[in-house]
Amino acid sequence: MYKSWWKILGAILVIYSTVFGFLSSVPALPILHESIRNLYFHVPMWFSMIVLFSVSVFHSIKYLSTNNEVHDMKAVQSVNAGIVFGLLGIVTGAIWAKFTWGQAWSFDVKQNFAAIALLLYFAYLVLRNAIDEEQKRAKIAAIYNIFAFPMMVVLLFVLPRLSDSLHPGNGGNPGFNSYDLDRHMRMVFYPACLGWILIGYWIYTILFRVSSLEKNKIV
Amino acid sequence: MKKLITTVLMLMVVMQLFAQDQGSSVVNTLAGSEKIYVVVVCVAVILLGLLFFLFSIDRRLKKLEKKS
Repeated sequence: MYKSWWKILGAILVIYSTVFGFLSSVPALPILHESIRNLYFHVPMWFSMIVLFSVSVFHSIKYLSTNNEVHDMKAVQSVNAGIVFGLLGIVTGAIWAKFTWGQAWSFDVKQNFAAIALLLYFAYLVLRNAIDEEQKRAKIAAIYNIFAFPMMVVLLFVLPRLSDSLHPGNGGNPGFNSYDLDRHMRMVFYPACLGWILIGYWIYTILFRVSSLEKNKIV
Repeated sequence: MKKLITTVLMLMVVMQLFAQDQGSSVVNTLAGSEKIYVVVVCVAVILLGLLFFLFSIDRRLKKLEKKS
């Protein structure tokens, strides 16, 4: 945990992607114009959220097989960090939609299902708070989490593709081709995703360390 | 008096011109300049969100420091 090269790497990649996200050349697109640069900020939020929720489900499975409460704490804290990234993703998405689709919330399938996916994880946190007994809480929450994860993947990546959506990568379109993602954009987009995922993981480790300190203080 | 009325009437014409503008001035500014300001606002939102989150973690740590 104290080897911090990946934190520095994450910081450098995020700084690089922010600077070159504004300065690099982008293809001329009709409605999007320069707002296509949001791709370097809006999309990595969702990718970090998915990675953090995957970490959470990994620890939930670990908890069920080992009954070690450290894994339960890791599962909660990665959901906490992931929800922040999901909220940022949905807010930036609404702002972007306001100026390209015409409305902040047009009840597009992608927007609706993304909101429901976030609600699933809010429900996870509410469920945890509803149960007082610690072992029971950890076990029920772990099982809920294992069911919530595939639901989230289906809501974000399967259901929006079955119907028409304004969001690129849906309504039968493959993900990246519709962006006209050229060579210059890829050179910023992939580092941006990796950088934000690392920053998200960093935030999760900090949350976990704080909560394990809290735990030690109470006991 | 006549001059005043004509001035007011002329102003009314200007008001009609404003009324034809869709949305508020903020929205128009953001949609202008090839929409680059949309990106600026989104980056600002992300920064603000993460900073608020940082503050909440800070508050939790402060409570721990008080206990110890």
